[in-house]
Amino acid sequence: MTSQPMVADQETRTPTPSAWWARLPWLRIGIVLAAVVAAIVLAYLRSGSTVVVTQAVVTGILIGGVYGLVAMGLTLIFGVLDIVNFAHGSFLAIALFLSYYLVAGMGMHPYLALLIVLPAMFLLGALVQRFVLAGAMGKPLENQLLITLGISLVIENSLLLFFGANPRSVSLPGDQGVAILGAVAELSRILAFVGALVLAGLLFLLLRRTSLGTAIRAVAANDAGAQMVGIDTRWIYMLTFAIGTACAGAAGVLVAPLVTIEPVTGALFNIIAFVVVVLGGMGNVVGALLGGLVVGLAEQLGALLLPGQSPLLVVFIVFVLVLLLRPQGLFGRSGS
Amino acid sequence: MTTTTQPAAATKALPKLPWSRHLLVTAVLAVVLIPLPMLLDPAAEAVAIRVLLFAIMSISWNIMSGFGGLFSFGHAAFFGIGAYSTAWLQVEKGVSPWIGMAVGVVIAALFALVMGVLALRYKLKGAYFALVTLAFAEMLRLWATNSDLVNRAVGYHVPLRPEESWWWMQFAPDSANYFFIALGLMILGLLVSILFLRSRAGQFALAARDDDEASAALGIPVVRYKVLTMMVSAALMATAGTLYLQYYLFIDPDLAFGSAMSIQAILPAVIGGVATIWGPVIGAVVLGPLTDITATLLRNPPPFLDFLAGRGGLDVVVYGILLVIIILVLPKGIYGALRDRWSRR
Repeated sequence: MTSQPMVADQETRTPTPSAWWARLPWLRIGIVLAAVVAAIVLAYLRSGSTVVVTQAVVTGILIGGVYGLVAMGLTLIFGVLDIVNFAHGSFLAIALFLSYYLVAGMGMHPYLALLIVLPAMFLLGALVQRFVLAGAMGKPLENQLLITLGISLVIENSLLLFFGANPRSVSLPGDQGVAILGAVAELSRILAFVGALVLAGLLFLLLRRTSLGTAIRAVAANDAGAQMVGIDTRWIYMLTFAIGTACAGAAGVLVAPLVTIEPVTGALFNIIAFVVVVLGGMGNVVGALLGGLVVGLAEQLGALLLPGQSPLLVVFIVFVLVLLLRPQGLFGRSGS
Repeated sequence: MTTTTQPAAATKALPKLPWSRHLLVTAVLAVVLIPLPMLLDPAAEAVAIRVLLFAIMSISWNIMSGFGGLFSFGHAAFFGIGAYSTAWLQVEKGVSPWIGMAVGVVIAALFALVMGVLALRYKLKGAYFALVTLAFAEMLRLWATNSDLVNRAVGYHVPLRPEESWWWMQFAPDSANYFFIALGLMILGLLVSILFLRSRAGQFALAARDDDEASAALGIPVVRYKVLTMMVSAALMATAGTLYLQYYLFIDPDLAFGSAMSIQAILPAVIGGVATIWGPVIGAVVLGPLTDITATLLRNPPPFLDFLAGRGGLDVVVYGILLVIIILVLPKGIYGALRDRWSRR
């Protein structure tokens, strides 16, 4: 008698499909936003200059978009293949060197290099997955982690071996400061941000609106089940790793005009990508993009909050706090 | 849990060799290796010391990550704490490196305590745990790079003394004493590893690694023994930091806390055999000489490698290839694979 109305109540509630925005974790997004606002206010109090703070916020958001793109590839690979890919940053380093040689050696426009680097990295990713990682699928996590570590050692030090440690740079023709929102940002930085957003959008559409994307998401959710309904999981593993690697490649081309190109540059992006991935929730592609923005902001505002310290220190403090308090990520669904 | 359960627990997880045999092998190893410096030229002795250093670091990593099952990607944190404690006390305060070593050991163990309590209190596992260790090492690196207290990015040079001295742990560059100190620390590491495994605490740690819920259900305070394992491992790693500083006479934040050092602690154990007592030693013997072999190769490269003359990085490329091959072909490492073959007969 008592349970009757409850059942009826539930039946009426479950069929109503909730809109996608209603399923977003609004409370947590609010908390993150509040933390960002608090950091901005604190940064303003410490530096006492609106210009400095606006500059930090603009720079942070712009670079955060690129971090997001790098991390989207990493988190996609984790979500589908269950691999913690320590070689992700070194793929980015390969893309940096590739675009350096296309630009400096062959006189190509820095962004046209994308047309060559993107397919090349896609192919490289596919080959690495097929011939190296495939043998370790389903093995303990440590083994896969160590294999990707080995791959990153080989790539990073091969770059060192063949190209030496001298820093190189790519310059974008017509690169100049552009005023936005009371701050100044180089054109290359803005274009990198826009490019990252466009590519992230394309990736999102690929995952949500195509049959390949559906298959990838099915494998991520349950690979045995996906196999049972006729999805070739090995093929999906290979394609996913290739897509993830291509993300790192695309990010490499976009940031080439912004960074000094050295074999170790990849390692830096690798660590940042891990922070972003954990912040966004491992396997959560949209979370990775948002996490990228948070890390970009944390880095820039952190430099103001702890003057004299490396901007990355604040990023790591945020990282450890998130790892300890909310390892499923700021934007992940709870309990997953 | 009374004392009657102890023998049962101890016999259950016996490794393939009995304890006395491990101790005997250690003793034989020590006796055989003591006269080694007389047979080696200075260059070979430098290689031998690198092998011992690798072995100490990897024995330490193996205690935490092999026996404890807590994958560490930031062992450089403990190494750097050992090196920096020794360097700071010696350069800024004029304290003997032996005391510096002891202080480093204590600080590293306390650091591991804090890290372990935090990470295990929040039940981090697998990749998340590894990332937390990486983050702690990186935070120390960034802090040291920007802190006036420890000379920022410049790091420390150990001041050269006019004469050899045990008290200052400083000898002529080709002195056999460095070898003896390194050997002593490696033997100590092996003993710690064997005796820890043999102890009640070590058995509890193994049980907690294999199934922490079942262990907790049996009344083992899982977190306490995992943290203890981390502290033992950290303490041993700190001694390697002191040894490195006194032998190479220089340390900076990237060397001490960089991920290259963490990787050097991981590789020998993985190649030799994770969670075995002798794996790290065998891996170190395989990896240690590689740096010199590749350096010699690149100094006088064969014609087809001419364009690589004077470049670095080949040794790590070989490490990486070895690592991938070992994981794919011999996931139990060299020692693990050999042991399986023997025990099958």
